[in-house]
Amino acid sequence: MNKHRRKISAAYFFLAPAMITIFIFFLLPVLAAFLMSFTDFDIYSLGNISLAQFVGFRNYIEIFRDSLFWIALKNTFYFVIVGGPLSIVVSLGAALLINSKLIKFKGLFRLIYFTPVVTTLVAVSILWRFIYHPRFGILNYVLSLIGIHGVDWLGDPHWAMPAIILMAVWKNFGYNMIIFIAGLQNIPEDLYEAADIEGASAWRQFKDITLPMLAPTTLFVGIITMIGYFQLFAEPYVMTQGGPLNSTLSIVLYMYQEGFRWWNMGYSAALAFILFFIILVVSLIQLRLQRESSV
Amino acid sequence: MKKIFLYIILIAVAIFCLTPFLWMISTSLMATGQSNVFPPRFFPEKITFAQYINLFSRLNVAKYFLNSTIVSVSITLVSLFVNSMAGFAFAKYKFAGQKGLFKLLLSFMIIPAQVTMLPLFLMLKYMGLINTYMAVVIPGIASVFGIFLIRQYLLSVPDSLIEAAKIDGATDFQIYISLVLPLAKPILITLAIFTFMGAWNDFLWPLIAMTNDSMYTLPVALANLMGEHNQDTELMMAGSVVTILPILIVFLALQKYYIKGIMIGGVKE
Amino acid sequence: MIIPIFLSVVICLLNLSCSGNGNKKITIEFWTMGAEAEHVQKLTKEFEKLNPNIIIKVQAIPWTAAHEKLITAYASETTPDIVQMGNTWIPEFVALNSLDSLDDLVAQSKTINIKNYFPGIWQTNTIDGKLYGIPWYVDTRVLFYRTDILKKAGYTSPPQNWSELYDVSKKIKKMYGNQEKYSIFIPTNEWAPFIIFGLQAGASLLKDNNTLGNFSDDKFQTAFKYLIRFYKEKLAPVEMTEVSNIYQAFSTGFFAMYITGPWNVEEFKKRLPANLRNDWMTAPLPAYDGNPYPGKSLAGGASLAMFKSCKHKKEAWKLIEYLSKNSSQVEFYKLSTDLPAVISAWQDSTLKEDKYLKAFYMQLQNVVPTPKVPEWEQIVFAKVQQYAEYAARRKETPEEALKSLDSDVNKILQKRRWILSRK
Repeated sequence: MNKHRRKISAAYFFLAPAMITIFIFFLLPVLAAFLMSFTDFDIYSLGNISLAQFVGFRNYIEIFRDSLFWIALKNTFYFVIVGGPLSIVVSLGAALLINSKLIKFKGLFRLIYFTPVVTTLVAVSILWRFIYHPRFGILNYVLSLIGIHGVDWLGDPHWAMPAIILMAVWKNFGYNMIIFIAGLQNIPEDLYEAADIEGASAWRQFKDITLPMLAPTTLFVGIITMIGYFQLFAEPYVMTQGGPLNSTLSIVLYMYQEGFRWWNMGYSAALAFILFFIILVVSLIQLRLQRESSV
Repeated sequence: MKKIFLYIILIAVAIFCLTPFLWMISTSLMATGQSNVFPPRFFPEKITFAQYINLFSRLNVAKYFLNSTIVSVSITLVSLFVNSMAGFAFAKYKFAGQKGLFKLLLSFMIIPAQVTMLPLFLMLKYMGLINTYMAVVIPGIASVFGIFLIRQYLLSVPDSLIEAAKIDGATDFQIYISLVLPLAKPILITLAIFTFMGAWNDFLWPLIAMTNDSMYTLPVALANLMGEHNQDTELMMAGSVVTILPILIVFLALQKYYIKGIMIGGVKE
Repeated sequence: MIIPIFLSVVICLLNLSCSGNGNKKITIEFWTMGAEAEHVQKLTKEFEKLNPNIIIKVQAIPWTAAHEKLITAYASETTPDIVQMGNTWIPEFVALNSLDSLDDLVAQSKTINIKNYFPGIWQTNTIDGKLYGIPWYVDTRVLFYRTDILKKAGYTSPPQNWSELYDVSKKIKKMYGNQEKYSIFIPTNEWAPFIIFGLQAGASLLKDNNTLGNFSDDKFQTAFKYLIRFYKEKLAPVEMTEVSNIYQAFSTGFFAMYITGPWNVEEFKKRLPANLRNDWMTAPLPAYDGNPYPGKSLAGGASLAMFKSCKHKKEAWKLIEYLSKNSSQVEFYKLSTDLPAVISAWQDSTLKEDKYLKAFYMQLQNVVPTPKVPEWEQIVFAKVQQYAEYAARRKETPEEALKSLDSDVNKILQKRRWILSRK
């Protein structure tokens, strides 16, 4: 009995530092942000708290009437819906390539593909800004070699988001590739052997063995990629400041601008919660879809 | 035939991955204005370190480098300690509400960090910590992902080892220090790289919490330089090289552990 | 708890600023923007020699993030003693009750005399009858133009009014035919031309004690439509990243005119190729048709302001006075090429002999401040630029754009209305 109690107190001792920091520096701020989203807390209130008042749902109502919010939402969804799957497909393709039995130097290629992942996003964004330069950038130069007239990537509202997506895929695909490689290695070899004996084509094997066996991995990859992609910030912050024509304004960037540039903190907090809500709903939908398709 | 085809794709993707970096390095070695030409130059006409000299002498990059290092190393050390203790508790003890607490923690992972930023800023402001290293270090300490990673790893360590130590009369803390930590060394290295890289590359929070330029971390300083010197491509490329290089070296030295970490995190979901 | 203590020890050991305060000297923290920081250090060193008990800590803030940084500093209570402040920002910091009024100090000062300043500039520093900043250097926008190109288009002197500006633009464009070249550069990420032309047309910009937007009124609309026409008729480029290097673009004749500020005088001198040296000039802004030349421009520049949090007011003021001396002003011009705020400094030969500065001197006699509301910065940077871009890219018609602009501005000013109504 005594020993048992000692054991429990030890567990609490080990848990305490992590739980306390999470409580104070994560959970408490989340709750505070929730309260704040119902106030008009702004730069005036920072100096004089009596200038902040509870405004009920006004921030939320205003957000729904705010054309910039809808633009930011649309851009963010564009980035998630096009960029997310694209990144996953590229990751899976790269994983299949590297996992192929015909290939040597697997470690080297894996390393090369992974390099962009570890690099600093801000530095990489600056680098890509230059790559996308309409006249001196290498992208348009390479395109001109194959006879395509380049565009002003970051200056044209139609191309700015695709440009950011391309960079994001370049930067991120290596991460998911590693997860897919691990998933592929977990698929029992005898499944393929049996399929070979039955004479199934490579495509059939991919479709009937690889994909279903990878389903849990894909779900995991899908969710983490999506959560990450919804939080698009540094790329537009560094490369376009949200422009041109707000075509790369993301929700987090808009939140940052409202909160830390203009100090409309109540409004900004409401934006943050809307983002949270969206991520929550989309994750649940993804889980549900997965469950239904596996039945 | 198929093999050659595969290699062609592999190499093409490799070029796609590496060319930007090579171009970055090459441009950083050019004199000011040299890179603004068409067609683009892939090699400097004459190699010069002028941009780097400028960065370190005039633009104080050494200070930012130091800030980044202090912040990243502190976060890494403290968070390893804190998270491994929590991971140990979840893996090797049984207590009321354990499962519920763990699930609750995992569910936090879906809350975007941006939600916390405004109140966190105000909170740290009232604590007088804005513009100190603490402002960036403290919120980076506890990580649900870290706790999860350690717990998963320790679950595979047989309980009998710990029981044996206990019979020998070791206290719980002794067991943690002299048995659990050494056992968990591989996963601790993994977590250390993850944390270090995350801290080094982090941008949004240091941007908010470090309002004084003497406290900037490298990414924040770099984004700031971008505002002032965006005409000076070569200088910006040199700044990017300085920012990326350390993290690349750390990664290359310890990549095995890093990649293993992703696999554990990803597969045992 | 062990961990936080351990942590603070570790961090303290690493943190150099944790070391104790050994010296008894007074430190004045002085924030300046961009290049000014570098140049002013030569003056502050001189000042330190004259005042051995004072140390001036100069910190550089990049221009692009300067406003953000200052507000953040206010929010995090880390404001410096003295700051170089863009004079459109003064109302904001006054509203936040963070700047000290300087009237008493000026009244006693032997160095600083209101008569020695451009009236339009001095005015920007006065809020509700109180003075909050001493002009340090001035700037205003004028027309930079290629004399050779304008000559070819039939203009030996710069355009004097709106009709002429439009006319010369048309002629230049015609000269180029189908080439991708333009007459004038009006980037939509610079709000200044839009506000300047509005002011020239007599627009009030805001109304009802500056609590509501007034951009849809006829006067502003006239100006706005006038400018948008330049994009529509391809007299001005819409895509800005095309002009990633304005100096290159100006020298290749990608555009022939550009309304910009004094900082570009030196940049143009330095960056334009030698053979163009005599082919460009500056001129005061054209006037609204029927108004006398030159037309109004913005009272810009930077002032020196003192935060209320300043602990050593006497010493800080000493520095402000030192920087406002005739000789310091000339010296600072030589270092930074920022135009002196003190009129007598303009008599110095370096300034007098620079042919590009004549236009500025003339223009500075006719400058006006923007509405003095704290929200102004957000209004122009977030909203005026946004809707100028919308209209330029024809996402919205000028009328629609201005209507949306007003409604957004009204939203921004909502808190101001509430606060005023409580008084």
